Amino acid sequence: MTNLIEIKGVTHAYKTPNGPLPVLDDLNIEVPEGEFAAVVGPSGCGKSTLTRLIAGLMKPDTGEVWLHGEQVKSPRKTVGMAFQNPVMLEWRTILENVILPLEIVAPSMPRGDRTARALELLQLVGLDGFENKRPSELSGGMRQRASLCRAIVHKPDVLIMDEPFGALDAFTREDLWQTMHALRAQEPFTAVLITHDLRESVYLGDQVIVLSGRPARTQYVLDVRYPGDGGLRQLEGLYTPECADMLAVLREQIQIAQGRQPAEAH
Amino acid sequence: MLNLQKIGVPVLAIAAFVAFWEFLVWVNGWPDYVMASPSDLPQAYSRFWWLFLEGSWQTLWRTVAGLLLAVIFGTLLGMIMGFSRIARDALYPLLVGFNAIPKATLVPVLALLFIGQHNFNTVLMAFLISFFPIAVSVGIGLSTLEPEYRDILRSLGASKVTIFRKIALPKTLPEFFGALKVSVTLAFIGTNLVEIISPHGRGLGALFLSGQTNSNYPLMFAVLIALAVLGIVLYYAVVALEKIFAGWAERPQG
Repeated sequence: MTNLIEIKGVTHAYKTPNGPLPVLDDLNIEVPEGEFAAVVGPSGCGKSTLTRLIAGLMKPDTGEVWLHGEQVKSPRKTVGMAFQNPVMLEWRTILENVILPLEIVAPSMPRGDRTARALELLQLVGLDGFENKRPSELSGGMRQRASLCRAIVHKPDVLIMDEPFGALDAFTREDLWQTMHALRAQEPFTAVLITHDLRESVYLGDQVIVLSGRPARTQYVLDVRYPGDGGLRQLEGLYTPECADMLAVLREQIQIAQGRQPAEAH
Repeated sequence: MLNLQKIGVPVLAIAAFVAFWEFLVWVNGWPDYVMASPSDLPQAYSRFWWLFLEGSWQTLWRTVAGLLLAVIFGTLLGMIMGFSRIARDALYPLLVGFNAIPKATLVPVLALLFIGQHNFNTVLMAFLISFFPIAVSVGIGLSTLEPEYRDILRSLGASKVTIFRKIALPKTLPEFFGALKVSVTLAFIGTNLVEIISPHGRGLGALFLSGQTNSNYPLMFAVLIALAVLGIVLYYAVVALEKIFAGWAERPQG
């Protein structure tokens, strides 16, 4: 299997008045086509920088980012992005919000086709009937669902998500995790998910990448073996011993990344 | 029911104000050269109705022309300040300083600069006094655009122009209209400053002045009320435009 995303030896530092602030240090990540990579790490370790590098919004100081066998040097049309803030355009309806990327990527696509495509996705995430509402009339979870539709409406081969579920309450978040799996079953894409939630990383990820504290390196990669893998993942799987073991490993790795000794060592 | 409330409440408020004014003059026994009462005004309007129509028209079109210039120039300036930090740092002190100058002092300067160009001077003053809020609000609206808004389009390779047209411009519209409501009344002040300080016999300002020279006090008050009415008309014209172009920013009540 080929790697769709390859990050090779990426180092990056921000310029600050007090000299350069290194955020990424010799970072290496590989995500095979169709896989879902969850990235976890301590706060402020450069995870958001990573999303901007993959999207081509920034260039690394050294190292290379490859997408689909091409080196990323500038933004590409084959990327979709979703953020913690759903970034809905308040002056557009939900439908018009979802269509937005098509206006840029496929300006010649007939209006009817665009609408049909957007409606198909809105139905998939359970927003049918809301397409003509304004974002301000929807709840936070519904806005985030619409935001996910917008991120994949142009069939990107990479979906980059920066804590998209971070601002939602626990129940809504679990709902959206399941929506995410439903979307993946219908729409194949390779995904990178930045998250603070270890359970989320295990439930959604095929691999979980733990970054070290700033400057971030790849500290640990967990190959997720979700109980009953094969069909759609069930939320209940999170409460099995297998998942508990994986979560324990991740928790230990995060503690190391934070510069603390793992609990067992005391 | 809602419409009745929307129109009835302001009308009632105005009626109450006029009644209070009439009462105040009556109770104090003020003669009309101290303070004209509302009942003196209809006479002034009916006697000079033609002058009122002509003056209102002159004041109105010059105010609107100045305001249009302010919208164009203020938006351009705001765009420059919104997109470039250097421009912002360079222009802010200049703009604030200019805005702090009492505009009445500029009237003789303009009158000397463009001798006899009364229409031009008046439009220019309406413009000078009203572009500042527009420039500042457009500038702030653009410079505070959250990076994610830009990123959703930039990550697709959209050009700067496209990002401006599809995101930055509509997103700053509520701020723009907020500033325009301030600018409308400011532009009125600018027009009248020139009409009163450097009179050429045009506009409501000139009518006010002739009321003063002829000691026709009810006429002076009648002009003030006419100005207020024009101001209200223009203000609500802006509100109507806002409803059309930025109505989405108003959240449903409840």
